This record gives sequence, structure tokens and C-alpha cells, in this order.
Amino acid sequence: MVADSSRSDAGTAAEPADDRLLEVENLQTVFHTERETIRAVDGISFGIAEGETLGLVGESGSGKSVTARSIMGLVDSPGELLPDSSIRFDGRELTGLSETQYESVRGGGVAMVFQDPLSTLNPVYTVGNQIEEALSLHRGLSGLEATEKAIELLEDVGIPDAARRVSEYPHEFSGGMRQRAVIAMALACDPDLLICDEPTTALDVTIQAQILELLADLQEEHGLSILFITHDMGVIAEVCDRVAVMYAGEVVEQAPVVELFENPRHPYTRGLLRSIPSTQRGADRLETIEGEVPTPNAPATDCRFAPRCPEAFDACREVHPEPVPVATETADADADHTAACLLYPEDETREQAVDRHAIEDAPPGAGAVDSGGESR
Amino acid sequence: MSRPGPERTATGLAGLDCDPGETLLSVRDLRTYYESGDLIGGQPVKAVDGVSFDVKKGETLGIVGESGCGKTTLGRTLVRLEAATGGEVRVGDDDVTQLSGEDLQAWRRNAQVVFQDPESSLNDRMTVGEIVREPLDVHDWGTPAERRARVRSLLEKVGLQEEHYYRYPHQFSGGQRQRVGIARALALEPEFVVLDEPVSALDVSVQAQILNLLMDLQEELGLTYLFIAHDLSVVEHICDRVAVMYLGNVMELGPTEELFEDPANPYTRALLSAVPEPDPTAEIDRMTLRGTPPSPRDPPQGCPFSTRCPVKIRPEGFEDVDDETWEAIEVFRETLRARSRAERSLSEQAREFLGFETRFATVDEVVEELFADRELPGSIREPVDRATDLARDGDEAPALDHLREELGSVCDHEPPAAHGVDATARESRCHRHDDEYEEPAAVGPSVGDAE
Ligand code: SF4
Ligand code: SF4
Repeated sequence: MVADSSRSDAGTAAEPADDRLLEVENLQTVFHTERETIRAVDGISFGIAEGETLGLVGESGSGKSVTARSIMGLVDSPGELLPDSSIRFDGRELTGLSETQYESVRGGGVAMVFQDPLSTLNPVYTVGNQIEEALSLHRGLSGLEATEKAIELLEDVGIPDAARRVSEYPHEFSGGMRQRAVIAMALACDPDLLICDEPTTALDVTIQAQILELLADLQEEHGLSILFITHDMGVIAEVCDRVAVMYAGEVVEQAPVVELFENPRHPYTRGLLRSIPSTQRGADRLETIEGEVPTPNAPATDCRFAPRCPEAFDACREVHPEPVPVATETADADADHTAACLLYPEDETREQAVDRHAIEDAPPGAGAVDSGGESR
Repeated sequence: MSRPGPERTATGLAGLDCDPGETLLSVRDLRTYYESGDLIGGQPVKAVDGVSFDVKKGETLGIVGESGCGKTTLGRTLVRLEAATGGEVRVGDDDVTQLSGEDLQAWRRNAQVVFQDPESSLNDRMTVGEIVREPLDVHDWGTPAERRARVRSLLEKVGLQEEHYYRYPHQFSGGQRQRVGIARALALEPEFVVLDEPVSALDVSVQAQILNLLMDLQEELGLTYLFIAHDLSVVEHICDRVAVMYLGNVMELGPTEELFEDPANPYTRALLSAVPEPDPTAEIDRMTLRGTPPSPRDPPQGCPFSTRCPVKIRPEGFEDVDDETWEAIEVFRETLRARSRAERSLSEQAREFLGFETRFATVDEVVEELFADRELPGSIREPVDRATDLARDGDEAPALDHLREELGSVCDHEPPAAHGVDATARESRCHRHDDEYEEPAAVGPSVGDAE
């Protein structure tokens, strides 16, 4: 494990930041409404290495889609990224780029596949036209050359009879075929990072299987890094190398995929895994997490999961937990597994642990402002 | 005649008062077709195309399948939200599809629906109390005071509070709205409730709460459920028996445990193997299906699954053709089918008429791509060439007919009958259960919880 120097690295310091293709640090995306400021993404950090698939899992309102849009530079007023946020792609800082500069990022390095393919496809142009446009924009192809490349891309994503379908309109495609077409469009700009936001959620399970297989093939072929956003733990288990679990705008746990499923440490992750019917075969009643996901509308001064947490104790309402390494006997790389919960680190006494969170959470230079909190 | 009220016990329809475990509904060869709005073609959409099953009192029967398989239409037909175009739904001596007058009223009281989307199924201008009370008002149930008391007790039953009575649906979360939907469905003390994807719009943690609630209510009130869903793990958890639908047909039907442990029908097997397991160490041995389901306007003549079935029976004399070549033939047929469905725009028709080249004039390219590198025996080469000739004029139907005649098997020609597949009254529709063929399990990858 790397040094413990800087505050923001305390929990996530798995690898030197520069090694990874994407490095998100202390990302804060807020939306201003008349009444309040929603902290949709509230200080999250994660990274994705080359060729790696990171899963971002969470329920609705957890902030996972806003995270994707933030990386893609698609957060518009009344939303904004707060000043401390950092998103580095291939060494380049993306926050603060102008719209034109972002265009080149979206066209060159990062592409996105949304849940609803129709939000990406324009109904009045043929599928071929749209891929050709992307090709002309990002690769300077035109005319017959572009058409041929478009057909090739459609074939690559498994669209049969591509030579004919290239001149069809989106409405003539089935849901699964549309999603393939969108993936073809994403590939047109030859990305290094593909952000998939619930790409199979609207699809039937046999079609989902086709798309997941396709993404795996493409990843291998092109060495893609993938940020895969979903609420489906089954899909996470199948496609991801590592997983970050989001709750109410924060990453509450992060671990390699097998470690996360075999050894979930955060009470929320545990509850989430236990409420899936297929993990409870034979059980009469399903375990549930009582209550509902809160809307984060103020800076966290507590654990946002506390009202629903079966293990909550007094300090949980006073101290905001920071990601800390959670040591386990089985895991070889404990630095890779972090959880933001006052129960950890487990080898410290409850008070020590709480103190550590309180200090890490305090603004720099302010000292241990909150350290009295846990003693009540 | 006294109106129904708190003291009511009988349902008003003799067949509904049967004992737990007895047959409540007996569905036979039920069909629901929609007339298509098209001017051209004008084939009806065969949403439900001849299904038969029983529903026993007090059980939860699951209906699973992918979108377009007809499961929602089936549920809506049973509660008379859609009109059946054929077959019957027996309740005792009555046929639900034929009921009218007071009997129909009695059926409507006793057969309720909980919809998928609590957002759009609740009227946002009514308070929660009004929404739950509405069916009581419509059916003139009890006195106004009794109605209010009933609504309060219903809200409590589904886990809502007294003060929620005067709130509006938009002030509620998805899970709470679904609780309101359930309270409303239960207002008239129904015997039979169609749950149409009741948890698929909800987050997992909330989903578990609602599933528990539904199970508690069933036990307390002796309800019979038809549980429609596409999420197989939910169905496995909550259902006693399951019917698997594909393209308007029930492909397999049986007790949940047996069906999930050792699925018999090739479609069930494909469906189960497609579900990603929440276990990163699980080995993925998947039967990935080619293409998408055919249009319910134009279902295949033989087995509904025959255009995608990975273990489809080969016609006699072709058993030794290598798999890839045979796959190419199936893809060729699929391509022609897709083309025959594609709309031709007016300008395209004009171009064709004038003899210009159109995008439809590339059947030779398709054949070239699929078969160029392959040694085709004459028995395959000839029908493929003939079909290519037929399709070149832009009319794929005769080409498809020809291929089916020459290269089709029993799967293309005859709809499979229901076969009993184990001792638990499970049945599956597949020709492979005939003695002369190998069982689906023997020819595909292994699927099911059993291994
Ligand atoms: S910090 Fe407290 S409330 Fe939050 S997850 Fe940990 S134990 Fe539960
Ligand atoms: S009848 Fe033929 S096509 Fe249909 S499921 Fe059985 S093997 Fe497959």
C-alpha cells in the first residue's frame, strides 16, 4: 500500500494516479433548484486502468448516471461541477474545458452508450448517415469510403445484412439492433474509454446477453476501458473487474469484483446483495433494506445510510465516514478494497476508528473539529 | 338484493367460492388477436395465440417471457380489460369471456390488476384516500362511513400511515405508490389479482419490500395471483408454478422448482441461461440466441421458437451437414424474413418499378457472403440457388416457402404438442420430447440450478 500522506488519497490510494486512463478525484456535481442544492455526486474518487472494466452500481438517485454525464462534459445549468472536482483522462484535466474542447474528447477518447438508444439516434436520418457523420467528424472519412466503413462497423457489432440496414431508419431497428447501432456509432470515433450507462436495462434478457457478449468481444479487440453503470448485480458480476458501489451521491465501497461479492464490507452493499432474490434461494421472505434512498441536499455531516443501517450507532449521525481500507484475511490486496463506514478499520477500537474518520473528513487546516462527536 | 358490504362473504360468482387448491380458473385455447391498423397486409397481431392452463385457488402462477410474448395481453384478457377472440376462461360453470350484466360486475370486483408503473397508473389529481376508495364508490360498496374505514384499514394493511390518506401520489416514492396501487386493487376483496410486473420499476431494496408485502397479503387474504414478470429471479422466488411464454404460446408450464432446476423446453433453457448470475465466479455457459423474436403478425408455421431455436431438429438426410453451414442456411432464412418485413418506402417502390437499383437488390451479395467459402452439397445448393432467384425480384415470400419445403424440418412444419416431461404434471411444447428425437438437454449446454 502507498503512503498515507494526502487527505483525498487516504482511502483510494491503490495505484499511482498517472497509471490509469481515467482518474476521477473528489468529483462533486450539484444541481441548483429554487429550494435547494442537490448534491447528486458528492465527492467521489475512482480510477479506471487501461483495458479494465469498472462497474458503478447503485439504486436510482445514487448519482451513478450523473457521474457518467459529468465525465462526458454533459452537465448543463442548473447543474455544475464544484471547483475542487478533478477528472483526468489520459493525463489531461477535463474539468474546465470549453464545449469545443470537450467535443474533441467525446469524439476522440471517450464515447458513451446510453440506456435509451433513441436518445442518441436521430429519427429523421438513416442509421448509416449518422455513423457516417461521426466518421467524417472524427476520422475525416466521406463518401463511399465512409459508407463502406459504416457497413463494416455495423457488421462488427453483429447487425446482419448490414449493407441493406445501413440505409434504414432507427425506427426500423428492434431495440437490441438500435443499441448495436449506437455502439457502432461510439466505435466510429475509435474511443479508448467507453461509458455504458445501463445499456441493457431496457432490453430483454436474451438480447441483453447478446449485447454483453458483444461488448466483451469489442473490449478485447480494441483494448477498451469500460465504465459500466447498472443497478443489476448480475450484470456487474458478469462484466466487471472492479466495482464501486454508490449510495446517495457517494462511493460507499470499492473492491475487485470477486472480493466485493464474497466479502462485502459496507452494510449497504451487504443489504443490497441480500435483497436480490437469486441470492436467497429457498428463503421464505426476502431480506430488505427498510426505508428509501434519501436525496442528498446538504453537505454530509453524518453517514447518509444511517437511517436505514441495521448496524448504525450514535456516531453515525455525527461523523461523516471516509473511505478507508478494509482489511480481510482472504484478500491479497487489501488496499484495493475500501469502505466508507465508521465500523472500519476493524483492527482499531470503535473510538479510534471514528476519530480517524472525523479527522479525515475535516477541512484541511481545521484540525479535528468534530472529534467530540463520537464520544456522545 | 342487498349491496355488497363489510359482511359480504360470497363472491357473487359460484365458481369463485371453491376451496384452496381447487381449480379457480381454467383457461382453454385462449386467443387474443388485435386487428392491425395497417391498410396494407392487414394481418391481425396474434398476441395470445391459443394458450391453456389452470389456475388453482390460493396459488401464485407466474407468467414469464420477453416483451411481445403476450404475457400482459393474457393478464388483461383474463380480467376482461381486453376481449378474447377465441377460447374460454372457465370459472366454475361460467365462461369469463362471455359474462355480462351482474355476473360481469361480480367478476370485475373479484379480478383486479396491479400495474407495473405506479407513476402512470395512479391519477395524480386524486388523493391517495380517493384513489383507494374509488372502486368502492363505483361498486357502491357499504355506507360512506364504512368505505372510509375500509380505506384506512387497507392503507394500514399495505404499510402506509393514516396521514397518507390526504396526500397525492406525486408526494410518494415509487415503492409507496406501488403500495397504494395494491391497496386499491384489494379494496373490493378480490379473489384473483393479476400482478403485471409489479416490482420491475422499483429499486432492488424496495422491490424486496413489495414482494414480501405481496406474499403476506396472499397468506392473510387467501388471494390467488397471476404474477407477470420478465425478471426470472423474482418469479422463481414468489411463484408456485410458472408458465413460460413465447410469441403468444405457452412453451413450458410446471412447478417452479422443477422448472428452474431442470428446464425442459429449449426456449426456457435459453432464457434461463441468459440471466446473469450475481456471482462473479459463476461459469458462463450460455446459449446465446440469434436475432429477435418474429413478429406476432406473422408467426412461423411450425414451432413458434423455430426461427431462433439453437437445438432445432434437422430435416432427415441433413444430419451430417456441418454446423456452420447449417447455421448459414438459418441465417439466410432469417435475413429473407427480415427483408420481407421491412417496409419499402414509396420512392423505393418507384425506383424498383423503374428498374433502378435499390437497397433490396443485393440478395446475391448476401448469398455470396454466407455461402461463398462453403462446399455445398447439391441438396442444399439447389434450393439456395432457387430461393435466390425467387428473392431477386424483391419478393421474399416464395423464396422462404421454397426453403421451408426443401430444407425445413418438423420444427418448421408442425406446431409441437404439449408433452408431459416429468412426474410433476410439467409440460413442454417441443418435438424433441418425441421418442424419435434426442431430448433438448442432451443436445444443448447444461442449464438450470441443478448442476
Ligand atoms: S457508518 Fe454507521 S450507519 Fe453508516 S454504514 Fe457504517 S455502521 Fe452503518
Ligand atoms: S420444436 Fe423444434 S424448434 Fe421448437 S423448441 Fe423444440 S427443437 Fe426447438
